[in-house]
Amino acid sequence: MKRNSWQQRIFMLLFTLLFTLSAAHSLQAQDELLDALREQQDPAQPEYTTATFKSTRLINGHTIETRSQGVLDFIISHRFGRLNSGAYNLFGLDEANIRLGLDYGLTNRLNIGFGRSSFERVYDGFIKYKLLQQGNGKGTAPLSAVLFSSAAIGTLKSANELSLSNRLTYTWQLLLARKFSERLSLQLMPAVVHRNLSLTEEDSNDIYALGAGGRYKLNKRLALNFEYYYRFNEPLLQPNYNALAIGLDIETGGHVFQLHLTNARAMQERGFITQTTGNFFDGDIHFGFNVSRVFQLRSNNQVTP
Amino acid sequence: MKIYLLSLCLFASLPLYSQQYQLAESRVSFFSSAPMENIEAISSRAKSLLNTQTAEIAFVIPIKTFEFEKKLMQEHFNENYMESHKYPDATFKGKLSGFNPQQKGVQKVVARGQMNIHGVNRNVEAAGTLEYRDKEIYLTAVFPVKVADYEVEIPSLVFYNIAEEVEVTVKAKYLPYEKK
Repeated sequence: MKRNSWQQRIFMLLFTLLFTLSAAHSLQAQDELLDALREQQDPAQPEYTTATFKSTRLINGHTIETRSQGVLDFIISHRFGRLNSGAYNLFGLDEANIRLGLDYGLTNRLNIGFGRSSFERVYDGFIKYKLLQQGNGKGTAPLSAVLFSSAAIGTLKSANELSLSNRLTYTWQLLLARKFSERLSLQLMPAVVHRNLSLTEEDSNDIYALGAGGRYKLNKRLALNFEYYYRFNEPLLQPNYNALAIGLDIETGGHVFQLHLTNARAMQERGFITQTTGNFFDGDIHFGFNVSRVFQLRSNNQVTP
Repeated sequence: MKIYLLSLCLFASLPLYSQQYQLAESRVSFFSSAPMENIEAISSRAKSLLNTQTAEIAFVIPIKTFEFEKKLMQEHFNENYMESHKYPDATFKGKLSGFNPQQKGVQKVVARGQMNIHGVNRNVEAAGTLEYRDKEIYLTAVFPVKVADYEVEIPSLVFYNIAEEVEVTVKAKYLPYEKK
């Protein structure tokens, strides 16, 4: 009898405990369901970093961004005259260099493009391939890497006595970028520009340069950009400077407006790496813009980057 | 005797788990209808649990899993509108009313509870249907979501046309929950 009541007490205690627990359980059940869901891990789906930069162009040069498969990007770029050319010239707005270009996404990683610049009547074509894509999980890397190769040909009438091959310039670049945070992305871009024709024997055909740049997002739609190309050897063209640029990206959904100040007039690699004649710090600064408008030619049914 | 009682208690708590259903397949989409263009995005990577004993239901949808026809639009959706780096999931927790676990066939249910989108909590109600097929449960719901309710900003300087109210469609298939 005594033994029995002891067992009964234990039973009551357990029962009360269980009852209290289950009552608390039902009160918090909804939250627990939610928490249980949050804890469930997705089966190793890699997550790729997107929007390292707002555009495929940083300012003058390319970023690691590629257009998705089936996307056509129409880019209109302007560089006006020098700010220090004074009021008579409306601070450079009276004159403009223009590049009209089309980029196309053959795949999400492979882009081709074509453009025509008024500066020295240059036609340029390029191919861009994303080797590595920054992200988390399987098949991703801590940074993004892009191989870039372009060819440019000047078609000025005065240069027409030169053979076709003598007017060609090639550029190879490796673009390395990492999005460090939602706001900050940095990019390094080693480059070689090969000019088929150099001015003299001392003038090297190959110009080696290292570009560095980045963006800092001010808010959801505005970003500050910076870009500088340092050359290890310079072409024999006087005067001759490294291309420096600062810019502001304005994104309006579908359009990206890039406004910038730079000492470079050209909008392709051959031009801004080897033919920049303005000294930024003497006020040889050109106001310019790139406007990008994308068109989806083929719909995106793929999940892969 | 003690062990007998203990195991009884344990068995008593078991049905709680056996009434749990887990999402097996789903398709959550939203549709924005505007004069210039219609926008649709689909996610098939929602997570959900349904407790048929208590009629409680919870949903988690990672914002980044919504697929758009236009990749760039998807990027903007995440970066500028939903700010998915700050608010990675849309969630719902609530109860199904009008739900009878004994009833076979299609039954009408109303989900009442708290929705969290873009970090904003709101009490919502969504009508839908529920159907038992053998061990499977099929759930569907269509309901409107006002973009402004969740403090998602649509700037005036925008070239997309986005409706002020988007229509959300949920199609879900549940299977009995098995603990791994």
